[in-house]
Order: sequence, then structure tokens, then C-alpha cells
Amino acid sequence: MSKYYLNYLDELESEAIYILREVYAQFQNPVILFSGGKDSILVTHLAKKAFYPCKIPFPLLHIDTGHNFPETIQFRDDLVKNLGVQLLVGSVQESIDAGRVAEERGKHATRNALQITTLLDAIESNKIDCAIGGGRRDEEKARAKERFFSHRDDFGQWDPKNQRPELWNILNGKHFEGEHFRAFPISNWTEMDVWNYIKREQIEIPSLYKAHNREVVWRSDSWIPVSEYLKLEENEKIHTKKVRFRTLGDITITGGIESDADTLDKIVLEVAAMKQTERGNRTDDKRSDTAMEDRKREGYF
Amino acid sequence: MEIDKNQLLRFTTAGSVDDGKSTLIGRLLYDSKAIFEDQLESVENTSRKKGHEGIDLALFTDGLRDEREQGITIDVAYRYFTTPKRKFIIADTPGHIQYTRNMVTGASTANAALILIDARHGVIEQTKRHAFIASLLHIPHIIVCINKMDLVDYSEEVYENIVSQFEGFSSKLIVKDIQFLPISALNGDNVVNRSTNMDWFQGPPLLHALETMHIGSDINKIDARFPVQTVLRPQREGFIDYRGYAGRVASGIFRKGDEVVVMPSGFSSKIKSIDTMEGAMEEVFAPMSVSITLEDDIDISRGDMIVKQNNQPKALQEFDAMLCWFNTSAAKPRAKYTIVHTSNEQKAMIKDVIYKIDVNTYARQEEDNTLNMNDIARITIRTTRPLMVDEYRDNRITGSFILIEDSTHETVAAGMIV
Repeated sequence: MSKYYLNYLDELESEAIYILREVYAQFQNPVILFSGGKDSILVTHLAKKAFYPCKIPFPLLHIDTGHNFPETIQFRDDLVKNLGVQLLVGSVQESIDAGRVAEERGKHATRNALQITTLLDAIESNKIDCAIGGGRRDEEKARAKERFFSHRDDFGQWDPKNQRPELWNILNGKHFEGEHFRAFPISNWTEMDVWNYIKREQIEIPSLYKAHNREVVWRSDSWIPVSEYLKLEENEKIHTKKVRFRTLGDITITGGIESDADTLDKIVLEVAAMKQTERGNRTDDKRSDTAMEDRKREGYF
Repeated sequence: MEIDKNQLLRFTTAGSVDDGKSTLIGRLLYDSKAIFEDQLESVENTSRKKGHEGIDLALFTDGLRDEREQGITIDVAYRYFTTPKRKFIIADTPGHIQYTRNMVTGASTANAALILIDARHGVIEQTKRHAFIASLLHIPHIIVCINKMDLVDYSEEVYENIVSQFEGFSSKLIVKDIQFLPISALNGDNVVNRSTNMDWFQGPPLLHALETMHIGSDINKIDARFPVQTVLRPQREGFIDYRGYAGRVASGIFRKGDEVVVMPSGFSSKIKSIDTMEGAMEEVFAPMSVSITLEDDIDISRGDMIVKQNNQPKALQEFDAMLCWFNTSAAKPRAKYTIVHTSNEQKAMIKDVIYKIDVNTYARQEEDNTLNMNDIARITIRTTRPLMVDEYRDNRITGSFILIEDSTHETVAAGMIV
């Protein structure tokens, strides 16, 4: 075999860098949506590569539910400082205080859906014309149809039936005032690819992804971390378990799994042997079969 | 998994509800263990509700709400699975004629196309359409899966008849590499595992064919083309005079010291360095994303192309192309569109519709020159400034373009330069 071929991780990397450079060339005011999770950390790492030796030419936008893992915020602040990029924060708490959204009620109340309003408000007030996300097509069935450059109308809504066709590597980011795009440079990566790449590149990730002892309660088939925002139900007991998280989000709905994987090598081995999808531990996706599609249509990440 | 060497293979599947396409993809995902327990559980539940015995593999590829309700694929959906040998991306597209644009989209990046034929029905109109699109988009490899062999008693004669039917009409098409396989997606014959029901068939099962297919020469390694996406000027300490041209190698190989020409200006220079964050490289090839610096200070911007002195694309303002029209509103004669070709963008006009092609019969129609949604035609296009083009058959990146309607910003057509 000729030596002139790329392995699949190099090809995925090259594709992502190409997309990030297209975002820079085609938009006036793009941002990276940064949640502190591994996918947005990966996108930020790829942006660093895409523009080296320049700094990343995009600010990071964090939509803060107010229900954070403290580790995530620390990680975010350190990263922003290291990269020398601007941090923008859209606060769900402020949206609630301003009466833009109302807190959900009931025992499974979350701030997940509330983020949509805060995100769209932040996009509008910062005049953002492209929000770069870490969405992957393997995550969920509605995401499987997502484009690299995904159009949002002036209400921030996604119309999955009327998407622009994307051929070869030509990306059409043309838009009118008030509309914006979501760009997904790691669309073609799977969870396994992300971990293999993080391991290969030795990318720093929040300690939450590695197995650690934590106080948790058993709810909706996973270990939900105890925090000041968690309301214990009658039969729930606090346990101390060695857990790690496969995805990071709102602390009230992100479930951990019991694990001993405390290094990247062990995580990669564990992920390879996983029998459940990573979103299987997210109570927000368990609401209905089309929960993700419905949220995405409204303007979700 | 030996991740250092594994390649990525993209393939497309086109098909309708009845030819078993979804079942085949479900089978590949299920047998290659790309299905997780929670997905399996959800599919088992739905299968039970719908009254299926066992699991309905087709449900693994269920997509958007409308598609679930109507039981059809509307849009391109991407699926992923990995074996110890390769990572695969499936572009799963609908097969009906009204979705030609989605098939074309899925085919545009594919190394291989799977064409499904129902063994009971043989070659039908849809088969010809799928084969035509695969050939038009120059997908390097085609695998024709003759499915539902279980319903024709695994008959070798039925299989052979369909193979010769296919060969009969496909002789008019340009296909580099074609293989035929008798399979049953439902029972798993010759999909991941070799069938025990068809001893007469000596070839490898589908997954093995996909894992071993030679894709090394799918990308043009001869004509070096580097479309500039953006210019990197850090203007910070250590990089005060740095001026890097960022882009992805479209084809060919570039080496440090190469004599290059910047098109369209025609200025020549030498490659001073090829940079990445990990350091400088001696040589790069498609599809690597890098940043190139040159020995001389030349004014270069997005849309320019760096090529080798001794191998240049044509700079053309008027050329012929095969065009696939994507939009519900028909093409307007002599109207102006924005043409996007690599990172270059100009205005363009469809000067002439030479003929349209019937994708089912391959017949040419010269009288009718309106371009409606899903029409495929040979056209002459004229642009305001020259584009640096190669023929699509030689180069999928520098031979392709899209047209954008300025009043809606929609992508209305895709073209392949002939």
C-alpha cells in the first residue's frame, strides 16, 4: 500500500480543521459553543490547530444553566486563560430572573429546555452569525441528519425537512441579517473516535470524566451527583461510589456510571466495551422518542 | 484495534422501503456490534408493538418524526460503524426519484456505492437510476447486492440472470470497479458472515469486501492543487512576518521547495515551509489540512489556488458541466447565480442547456431545456472571472461546483465539469 493515505483519525481531524477555517472565512462573528464537555473541548483543540500560529479567532460562548459541576467552571476559566480567548456567558438564571423563561416544575424539572431561550438571546445580543458546536451525528437519530453548516431562521429554528444539500466539501454559509448558522466540525466522529483522539493528542479534560469517589443517588437508571440543586425524593439514599461521567451537562440530570477508569487509557478501553449509548445516562433524552428532534427544531444545541 | 493504520471508507446506499436497504444497514450495524443495548431495547419494544417476530432491523435507521410516521427516508442520514480493519461512514439516502438530490448529495463524497436489487424483481427502473447516479458522481467502487435471496430459494440461476441484466445496461456507464453479491439482509447471508445457503457463491461477504476494497487510489495523487481558504497572519512575537496560506490539499502531493504558481495571478514562487501545529512537514498530500508559506511576498487571498509549475489546471470562463438541479423553482434562463468552486466564488450564468438526461432510461432529450427539481442536464456555464478547473472525472474537488440563488441563498444546483 502507498504511504500517501491518512488514517481515519487524521482524516477526521483534517475535515474538522477544513470546516473551522470555512467558518472563519464565511462568517463575520462566529463563536464556539463551550459547555466544558469533551466534545466542545475537542472542537476548541481543533480550532487551535486550524489557526496556528494565530490565536483561535473565535470567543467561547458558555450557556450557563447555573447548575454546574464546580470542576467544569474551573476548567473553563483555566482554558480561556491559556488560550487567550474571550469568554461570553449566557446565563439561564438571568433569563429566569428577567422573566424570559419559567423554571419547570415537578420532580423531573430540569433547566435543559430553558437553555434554548438563553442561547438564542445570547446569539442575538452578541450578533453571532455562526455558533460552532460539538454535536456529532452518532449521538442521536435527529442529529444523524444534521449538516456541517446548519441553517437557522430568524427565530433560531431548524427545519430538518428543508436543509441545504451539502456536496463534496463545498459549504454554503450564506445568510440574511438575523439568521444564523450552527457549524458542526466533528459531525463524523463517534464517541470512540473522540476518546481515541483525546488519548492520542493527550488533550486535557475535566477530572469528572475520570473515575473518582462521589456522593450520588440512584435515579432514572444512573448515578445522579448530589449537589445543592438536587432535591432528594423520599426513597432516595445517598451513596458514595466510584463513578465517572460519559457526558457533562447540567449537574441535576447528568448521570454517572460506576467505573474504575481513572486514566485515558482505561477510559478508552471502557468506552470500547460499553453496551449503552452515552446519552443513555441523560434523563433529558428519555422523555420521548423524538425529544432531541423537538428541542433541536426550537433552536437547541 | 490498530488505529494507526485504519482508513476511513465512506459509502452510500440508495434504496426504497421495499428492497431491504434499512434492513441491510441494520444488519451491518447489528452484526458488527455497533448497536448499543439501549438502542436494541428501544427497537425490540417498537418491533413488538408493530407485531414483528424478533427484531425489525430496519428500525435502527429510523430518523426524523415525519420519516417515522411515513415509514420512508426523506433526507440523507449518516451512520457509523467500525470494525478492527476500518471505520465506515454510511450515507443512507432515499431511493425514490423525487429524492434524486439527496442521492447525489450522499454520493458526492462516497468511495463506494451499494446498489440493492430485490432478487424477486430483478433490475427495475430504480436500479438504473441508482447506477446512473453512482456513475455520474464517479463513485470509484460499486457493489451490487442482490438481496432477498432467501425468497428465491437461494437460486444461483436467479442471481446469474440479474447479474447479466445489470451488466447489459451498465455497459453504457463509467464504473471503475464493480462487484456482485447474493445476500439476504434479513437472515444475514453474506452480509457479515459467509452464507451456508449459497455454496455456489465463492466471493467474500459484503463486510469483508468493504474492509478490503482498495481505496488508496480513489484520491487523485498526481495533480497537486491547493485552494487557499484563508491567510494566517499572527503578527505576534516570533511570527512577525509569518504569512501562511491555510487550506486542505485537494489532490496531489506538495513538497517543501516545490516550484509553484499561484492562480489566477500567475506569479511563481517556491514552497518555503509546510506548517502544522505539530511542526513543519517535508511533504503533504490530499486530504491534509495545512498552512503553506512561500519564498516570495505575493498577494494571495481566499479563492486563489496554489499549483505546481509543471501541472496546472485550466483557467476557464466558459465550460460544460453535468448539472443536477435541486430546487423546487426551476432554473431561470440566463439568470445570474453565485457559483462556488473550491474556495472561489464568482457570478455565473447558465448559457445553454444542451440536453437533459432521463435517469431511468439514459435517453437524451434535446428539445426540453427547462431545469426542474431533480433534473440532470448537460449545460454550458459562463462565469464573470476564470475558474481554475479540472475535469470532474480526474478530480472530484476541483471538478465540482454548486450554484446558489442570491435571493434565497439556497444551494440550487450541483455541477460536475466535463
